[in-house]
Amino acid sequence: MKRSLETAGQVLVPAALVVAVGIGSTLVSSANEIYFLDALVSVAIVVALYVFIGNSGVLSFGQISFVAVGAFAAGVMTIPLDSKTGVLPQLFPILRDHTIGNIASLLLAAAVGGLFAFLVGLPLMRLSGLAAGIATFAVLEITHNVLREWTRIGPGATTLALVPETTQALQATVGALVAIAVAFAYQRSRFGRMLRATREDAAAARGVGVSVHRERVLAFTVSGALAGFAGGLLVHELGSITTEQVYLELTFLTLAMLVVGGASSLWGAVLGALTVSGLSSFLAEAEQGVDIGATLDLPSGTRLIILGSIMALVLIVRPSGLTGGREFRLRR
Amino acid sequence: MTSGLLAALDAQTIVDATGLGAVYALMAVGIGLVFGVLRLVNFAYGQLVMVGAYTLAFTAAWPVAASIAACFVVVVALSMVMERAVFRPLRGESPAVMLVTTFAIAFVLQAAALLVDIRDDTIGEIATSIASFNQPVTLGGLEVRKITIASVVAAAVALGLLALLLTRTTAGLHMRAAAADFGTARLLGVNANRVIGLAVFLSGILAAAVAVILTVQNPFVGPDFALRETIVVLVGVVVGGIDRLWTATLGGFAIGFATGVINGVLPTDKSVYLPSLVFALVILVLLLRPGGLFAWGRQTAVERM
Repeated sequence: MKRSLETAGQVLVPAALVVAVGIGSTLVSSANEIYFLDALVSVAIVVALYVFIGNSGVLSFGQISFVAVGAFAAGVMTIPLDSKTGVLPQLFPILRDHTIGNIASLLLAAAVGGLFAFLVGLPLMRLSGLAAGIATFAVLEITHNVLREWTRIGPGATTLALVPETTQALQATVGALVAIAVAFAYQRSRFGRMLRATREDAAAARGVGVSVHRERVLAFTVSGALAGFAGGLLVHELGSITTEQVYLELTFLTLAMLVVGGASSLWGAVLGALTVSGLSSFLAEAEQGVDIGATLDLPSGTRLIILGSIMALVLIVRPSGLTGGREFRLRR
Repeated sequence: MTSGLLAALDAQTIVDATGLGAVYALMAVGIGLVFGVLRLVNFAYGQLVMVGAYTLAFTAAWPVAASIAACFVVVVALSMVMERAVFRPLRGESPAVMLVTTFAIAFVLQAAALLVDIRDDTIGEIATSIASFNQPVTLGGLEVRKITIASVVAAAVALGLLALLLTRTTAGLHMRAAAADFGTARLLGVNANRVIGLAVFLSGILAAAVAVILTVQNPFVGPDFALRETIVVLVGVVVGGIDRLWTATLGGFAIGFATGVINGVLPTDKSVYLPSLVFALVILVLLLRPGGLFAWGRQTAVERM
């Protein structure tokens, strides 16, 4: 009984935190609402990263590729038909002449992200260590390059606009919760446990019959599907997107969130995403002048300096992240 | 088709590709030296180069020699500060933590550069004084820019000196021992701080040299100066084999050379897909030789996050 309570706490506490942020977004002014939605979408993306990186212990710079294809799939397919032929005339007819609903577009984003991750993962998951990091980074480069140049499948280097802004408080909260639930279910499943065993000791895991390659491909696919889904949430939050927004900066920022929180636990992924995006939002406001007892007015441009310094400091002082890579526990 | 490709692969392309490869090789040595002793992939290496380029831009009114000297002083000093403040506390941490920390440092330096830069309300500074080195000279019918010659010579000299240092001096012996097995080397009396300090110092000098070369080629200095180059070199270093300095250097040269050649050979209307081709090649090489393209006959080092 007590153990099942502990287990439930591991998923319910992060989920409760997400719900609190979701409720918070409805209480603040509409100008500040965007910060809360940003934080929730960040949770979805970082949890997607965590499913692969945290459970496998293999560093990947490629997961944002799946966010990108998810975002563009969901975005392109939800632009209203009457404007689509005008703004994106070069699309393949099947993309140009059809449009789908909000929920369907999120499912499509997850499917596209998952399929892409599966195809990429099959060969790439044979690699470990830095080779895996660089190979997944190469995937990000190729995805970005193709999305940017091939105007038959998307807007190319121009902005994809006119996407319905359906990721409001409810969708952002539910989306982040879905990501957390899937990640938790995966890590508690036998597949998740086998993969975590390979993270701790690949040779020993092989010795008891675990296929490292197969488990990594599975996690990579689940992570890709979640990343695609999170990309769908992102494009519906922003309403418009360019390829640059789902490229290097997002890769580094979300990876930093994961590592700052503690890469080997779901709690770390959620806490890292919320802490870093909360801090980033606060600093952005502080650049405009914010009242916290006394007026705090930072010169513009200091946000990234402070944010980067704090991230570096956390990693130097606590290399295993804020949570120490452990799941949430009531007692130490 | 093949003959068309070969025709396009003329001497000019080879010369340009060699120049690019030489600069990348210099950066690869700088990254490889630090990796050898610290097992740390320094993503902020490009920001060292960027700071050097800004130094050149801000001292553009000085005599050229003084400006270049200032660049070396600033970059080497920053490199040493980075080691003391960031690398030292992180010693022995997992590669992922170290890499992500250097991301954060890169972020900070880039943001700081932007803040310094936009005081005059424009992004970017122009390093005017040394731009004259960019003029081409004609050698046997080929247009060769002076800086291309300079970078090839600089790369050759730097690598030669480094080879002497590593193989002929006690400090070099210590460094090689540390790179092979740091724990054992320390047991045998190698001073860890001194070896790491030397590696970081040398990598700072190389970063300054790269800053001068890149600034001559592109005198327009912005906060993301050398960022792209650093990423490509990091990829090249791993593709070549990061465990050894020579394979890492060759990897850096190879990715620069390959980029130059593919760029010269690719029809203009397809050249937008150059990054895809280069990175597809990277994936292919990594799949076939995960320990490094040039790491012949060795077992790949086991790495774990």
